Amino acid sequence: MSLITVKNLVKSFKNGDKETQVLKNINFSCEEGEFIAIMGRSGAGKSTFLYQLSLLDEPTDGEIIIFDKDTHSMSADEKTRFRLNELGYVFQDYALLPDLTAVENVAIPLMMQGKSKSAAYVEAKESLERVGLGHRLGNLPSQMSGGEQQRVSVARAIAHKPKILFADEPTANLDNESSRTVMELFKEIYKQGQTIIMVTHEEEYAKMAKRIVRLDDGKIITDIKD
Amino acid sequence: MSQSLRIGFFLALRQVRRASKWTTGLIIFVMTLTFLNLTVISGILVGLIEGSVEANKTYYTSDVIISTLPKKDYIEQSPKILSIISALPETEAYSARYIQGGTIEANYKTATKAEDVESAGGSFVGIDPIKEKETTGMDRFVVEGSFLTPTDYDQILLGANFLRKYLPIESPGFTTLSNVEIGDKIRIKIGNITREMTVKGFIKSKVDELSFRIFFVDSQLRGLIGRDDYNVDEVSIKLKQGADPMIVRDALKRSGVGEYAKVQTFEDAQPKFLKDIKATFALLGNMISSIGLAVASITIFIVIFINAITRRKFIGILKGIGITGTAIEVSYIFQSFFYAITGSVIGFIVLYGLLQPFIAAHPINFPFSDGILVAPLGETMIRAALLVFTTIIAGYIPARMIVRRNTLDSILGRN
Repeated sequence: MSLITVKNLVKSFKNGDKETQVLKNINFSCEEGEFIAIMGRSGAGKSTFLYQLSLLDEPTDGEIIIFDKDTHSMSADEKTRFRLNELGYVFQDYALLPDLTAVENVAIPLMMQGKSKSAAYVEAKESLERVGLGHRLGNLPSQMSGGEQQRVSVARAIAHKPKILFADEPTANLDNESSRTVMELFKEIYKQGQTIIMVTHEEEYAKMAKRIVRLDDGKIITDIKD
Repeated sequence: MSQSLRIGFFLALRQVRRASKWTTGLIIFVMTLTFLNLTVISGILVGLIEGSVEANKTYYTSDVIISTLPKKDYIEQSPKILSIISALPETEAYSARYIQGGTIEANYKTATKAEDVESAGGSFVGIDPIKEKETTGMDRFVVEGSFLTPTDYDQILLGANFLRKYLPIESPGFTTLSNVEIGDKIRIKIGNITREMTVKGFIKSKVDELSFRIFFVDSQLRGLIGRDDYNVDEVSIKLKQGADPMIVRDALKRSGVGEYAKVQTFEDAQPKFLKDIKATFALLGNMISSIGLAVASITIFIVIFINAITRRKFIGILKGIGITGTAIEVSYIFQSFFYAITGSVIGFIVLYGLLQPFIAAHPINFPFSDGILVAPLGETMIRAALLVFTTIIAGYIPARMIVRRNTLDSILGRN
């Protein structure tokens, strides 16, 4: 079953009178349980593509259907709720809230889902233990290394058991060892059935995925399944 | 909505708790100053007049004052009225006074010509020194010499405003006496009667009825003006703690005193212009306070705006992971609320725990009154509520401005 179906996706940016088309009539689909790596050189449009798929941005044209829902007809609030309940995000720069401890960072989307604080904390703790950070629950992001912060970010992204996990260059800011740890984590959760769509420019980590989609000049040039 | 409130509170609590203590302290300090600006400025302006009113009451009128009816020279049936007053259970003390206009003359012994004699017109007041002390405690205002005693004869207490050294102004129709010292002889003229008296003391107060009068022992003035019927001109009644002046005024009127005299509470006896000035100063205080309120609103707006703009990326992330814009806005509302409430609570403590008691003990020495700080609790609560409300609005608007921006642009720091 297709989780995501993309038809003729176009994304352009306007700068005065000049319009730049970043994504050009992209067609794409993603099945449940896939681990997809989106690759391409800088400026190829891979991150922009991920933002459209993950409902963080609005396409200029085309259709994105997620779980049989046409996202074009969804209101901003519906998209927010959808992101909260169905999607998970890992950003390049971890995107943790500096005022919140590791456990609070992970618990906040769970609380927003309506869970009680104690229930959210229990689940957040479980998620942090899953990424090997059970001993860092009360630490603020500033008290953790980059690798640890990214693992907190992964814990936050998977804590609510999203249908799709989006990751935008999750290892770009990490050293080799931390990058490997994070990627091992991705591999492990993928094995447990998590659908992952990840943007990366590193071949080594792209190979961990089971499907590699390459973009160039706003178009998919190759789509290779393992 | 309840979900947004819960998350908003959760975020706000952590932001405040983990914010820089100096920044938080500074914002709260600004809020405290604003609260004090709102309450103290108008409180002092009103207190400036209130101090005068209070002094007028304490040292002159007391709680209830009985005076002559219009077109009457004195209070008829005074002995009867005084016995009614002394029989009232609420009466703690009273002072009956004889009042008669006249002139005083100084340097009449040394002046070579009649026109060189210094003279000033004023009211001669006959008092029972003991009763006056009990009622108004005016003896505390004797600045030179000493207060009268019941046995004093041909001795006067001179209001300081008759003396150039205490009131160094000369205006047409108003003259003051120079070179009058304690123990000097001066001449008084009441109608056709001229008498030489010794100055026993000077009395100086911001209550004009003390500084612009010449005091005698009542028995002597009564003799001089031939008031053999013992009818007085003015009676000040001091009531026991907790007694209501209005109830006593009405009781006196019911017992027939109103037929012979004007019966007023200290408030009734306040001149209209004083009430008008009080209202004017209250208005002025409110106007000045409004500026303070506007400044506080702008401060909070800027603080929250800068906070929100520097946290724009995190606001974007929150929205990105599914936290609603309302929850984020609520977090800023809670923060503003926290700053305003904390500032107000500290302001309350400073106002009622420090400033008000201190100024009550050490009144501000204004030229015409000893100013106190008037801050009724009800009004203070309204002002605090106004401050909190304004602050919340001032915090909400910038938060909303930032939250409304595109989520991805916020995350990526794009404009």
